[in-house]
Amino acid sequence: MVKTLGERSHPYIPNSQPEIKQEMMREIGIKTINELYADIPEKYLLNKPLNLPKALSEFEIKRHIETLLSKNETCSHMPIFLGAGCWPHYVPAVVKEIMQRSELLTCYTPYQPEISQGMLQALFEYQSMICELTAMDVANCSMYDWASALGEAARMAARVTRKNEVLVPQIIHPERTKTLQVYAEPAGIKVVHVAYQKETGLINIEDLKKKISQKTAAVYIENPSYLGFVETQVEEIGEIAHDNKALFIVGVDPTSLGVLKPPGDYGADIVVGEAQPLGNAMNFGGPLLGIFACRDEIGLIRQMPGRIIGLTTTVEGNRHGFCMVLQTREQHIRREKATSNICSNEALCAVASAVYMALLGPEGFRELGETIMLKANYAMKLLSKIEGVKTPVFNSPHFKEFTVNFDGTGLSVKEVHKRLLQRHIHGGKDVSKDFPELGETALYCVTEIHSKEEIERLASALKEVLAKR
Amino acid sequence: MFKQANWNEPIIFNLGRSGRKGHLLPKAEEEIRRAVGELDALIPKHMRREHKPNLPELSEVEVYRHFLRLSEMNYGVDSGFYPLGSCTMKYNPKINEQLANLPTINMVHPYQDASTVQGILEILYSLERMLAEITGTYEVCLQPSAGAHGEFLGTLLMRAYHKKNGEIQQRREIIVPDSAHGTNPASAAMAGFNVVVVPSDSEGCVDLEALKTVVSERTAGLMLTNPNTLGIFEKNIEEIAKIIHEAGGLLYYDGANLNPLLGKVRPGDMGFDIVHMNIHKTFSTPHGGGGPGAGPVGVSKDLARFLPVPRIVFDGNSYRLDYDRPESIGKIRCFYGNVAVLLKAYAYILSLGFEGLKEVAEVSVLNANYLMKKLMEIKGLTLPFNNGKPRKHECVFSAKTLKNETGVSALNIAKRLLDYGLHAPTIYFPLIVEEALMIEPTETFEKEEIDRFVEAMRKICEEAYANPEKTLKAPHNTAIPKLDEVKASHPRTMSLSWRMYLKKKV
Repeated sequence: MVKTLGERSHPYIPNSQPEIKQEMMREIGIKTINELYADIPEKYLLNKPLNLPKALSEFEIKRHIETLLSKNETCSHMPIFLGAGCWPHYVPAVVKEIMQRSELLTCYTPYQPEISQGMLQALFEYQSMICELTAMDVANCSMYDWASALGEAARMAARVTRKNEVLVPQIIHPERTKTLQVYAEPAGIKVVHVAYQKETGLINIEDLKKKISQKTAAVYIENPSYLGFVETQVEEIGEIAHDNKALFIVGVDPTSLGVLKPPGDYGADIVVGEAQPLGNAMNFGGPLLGIFACRDEIGLIRQMPGRIIGLTTTVEGNRHGFCMVLQTREQHIRREKATSNICSNEALCAVASAVYMALLGPEGFRELGETIMLKANYAMKLLSKIEGVKTPVFNSPHFKEFTVNFDGTGLSVKEVHKRLLQRHIHGGKDVSKDFPELGETALYCVTEIHSKEEIERLASALKEVLAKR
Repeated sequence: MFKQANWNEPIIFNLGRSGRKGHLLPKAEEEIRRAVGELDALIPKHMRREHKPNLPELSEVEVYRHFLRLSEMNYGVDSGFYPLGSCTMKYNPKINEQLANLPTINMVHPYQDASTVQGILEILYSLERMLAEITGTYEVCLQPSAGAHGEFLGTLLMRAYHKKNGEIQQRREIIVPDSAHGTNPASAAMAGFNVVVVPSDSEGCVDLEALKTVVSERTAGLMLTNPNTLGIFEKNIEEIAKIIHEAGGLLYYDGANLNPLLGKVRPGDMGFDIVHMNIHKTFSTPHGGGGPGAGPVGVSKDLARFLPVPRIVFDGNSYRLDYDRPESIGKIRCFYGNVAVLLKAYAYILSLGFEGLKEVAEVSVLNANYLMKKLMEIKGLTLPFNNGKPRKHECVFSAKTLKNETGVSALNIAKRLLDYGLHAPTIYFPLIVEEALMIEPTETFEKEEIDRFVEAMRKICEEAYANPEKTLKAPHNTAIPKLDEVKASHPRTMSLSWRMYLKKKV
């Protein structure tokens, strides 16, 4: 146990060594450090210790935290069928190694480009590969997550079009809607929900046509949607948006883009999404990595939020290099007129995604998409054979997530999942409160990390727990 | 002599060969394929990807080498002195990285049943309590992903508070000092407020008389950094708090400069109603080239009801997430925050305890004042707003004299410092200092490294008077010489992705 630091220097604080302190104080011309705090009104200076745990040694910290964390169950010991905005995927060893490279881990935002070329190039490569995946031209070097990226996209659309309504599907992540509303409301933007077709879950085109107007700044869809199905009317929706001079915003799960048509190929003006699955662990939901991309149109680019890295040359013009660009949009220069207040973002997560995308390559993305989609569809096939279980609820193609309805079993999702957990299997996300019209329904997720055996174990466990109603 | 690696590393799109593989993924088992059929049968034709994405094709060996080389063309806190003012570049303990990479955190899903995540919930709950104790606030919310995200939440809380009191139509203004971080006005504007700027007085603090004239029934609140961006403690804080509170406004604490106050002074005790902390500054988590960080927000009792959902609650036996908060503003992102980052802050606080945190503050202030004293001896540099009082965590010098006398600017000094294997300070900020060099040594750097910086500054300034050419053309020893940043942002040449570059060929 470290006692008072007066007696012992702390490993993180080299100058806590008493003689050095004395030497430096002499140089400044003071006798005690408190003289440096003399300008602070005395009433504010703490006169008693804070109520904090006693300092621990490194070994003690390690033991303490490892012990606490060992109370968590993980997807390596228990099959977990949760997705809903944060997904279990494998993170290759190379990604983890690069993430721990100290020069990348411990640097600040690259304000001095000449000494930060490594970070800048890695981020430029992230932006470029996101553009290739989404078929867009420009991407920023990250937002906090998909939800905040959507909030910023709505605000950007309102600035670009000078209109103040955004249309979003009824089927959307409830936390994403909440975030969107929080971002939109202060800007005077109204969020309007568009109904879905009962059979398929797809956007109800009639309702969209009814709700779109001169006031519409943007039409937003997600692909795959929150409840896992693929929105197939994309071209039509994009045309309706553009006919009404609204921007077309598409939210994506990038793991689908090796097999599904990228939004740039169906007219998206802005693409947002979640790149956590590309090389970032779940970490109980954060950090995440918000995708933000748009078309090469100066009116759009100038309104983008966030840091953007560009390719340039040296002053002498004989070599390529990278630096931050369009900083005049940003808060440190533009202050209250900035396109966003974002400063720190998720840069290192973007580097992880760059490494991941480079490892997978074009073939890898196709394989990833194929593996996920086949496995998820296999799971649907097995579960739909169980009496009383209906999956998927919507008659549409599904990518990696799908709805499972238990109405026919007479049991609530909560009860079914409780019983599954007793068998050491974690069910999907209970969405029956968020979408009451769907009855007792859960959202299940299957990715490349779920083995055939795990999927079959889920099916047989479900059969078992439902048998004793 | 410092010489940064210069691999002249090609863009990744120009590496590799068609057909190479970087990673083998698990494949769907044969029985699955037989049961489900071909992928094409699952996706309607018009929704299939027609062309493969134009990604590079590299072996694992090449991918690793590429990014390794890039890392060698970069400079971090572990490389050496990194005195970026207001950025608090401190050492990032290695044990914290190891802990944040345990599978028992990496492989945990945010929607798992509370009974399966008791460990991480306990850590987050304890961290909230510790941060509340350190800042003197009632409740802390861990959801914001960064400092500016915390500011956004803070200004949304002001909005919620005034709405509740039926005054939001009237209270449209947030006051910020002219020395404030750019995020303050930007955050206030994002939350729908108008920004009113209050000037600094001759000592670099908020001008009290000016403040009185801008405060009114329209005031929603004041955002203040204390110590401010000049490194000066706002000594009139009691009076400032009184003025704002009497006018019905709220007082917001920008925690970017909290480091020198750890264990010494608490924002809550000074009357601040809302406080954000930069975990990646004060609590030692790595900046990662611009994130991920975390920007928790602490609030007074009156404001706790408005915090985003969910809140972590403890019933004496177990922890759970509570979404039932009818007055909550909602959410500012998905899930609960940057948990892996927050875990590192928890470990950091445990490694120091109260005594250690106080030592962090004191040594960071000692280092800054030592550095200031040494730099004051250098010809060409001046210390604006010199009131003879100590600075706290940072000091701001001006290179105006040097520029007038030699042509060497703050920017040139910054670039020349890189040649010595030292990172540059923050430059041209705060805006109220001409040719500003904003220097924050933190508690991380040993006297010897600080002395090395002082020596480099002395040489650079001497060189400016003797022969400025070399400094004007700096840097020379970095991976790349000076870049054309104007060209980078010019609409004709702007290349923001590889595909955009191929179209334009800068």
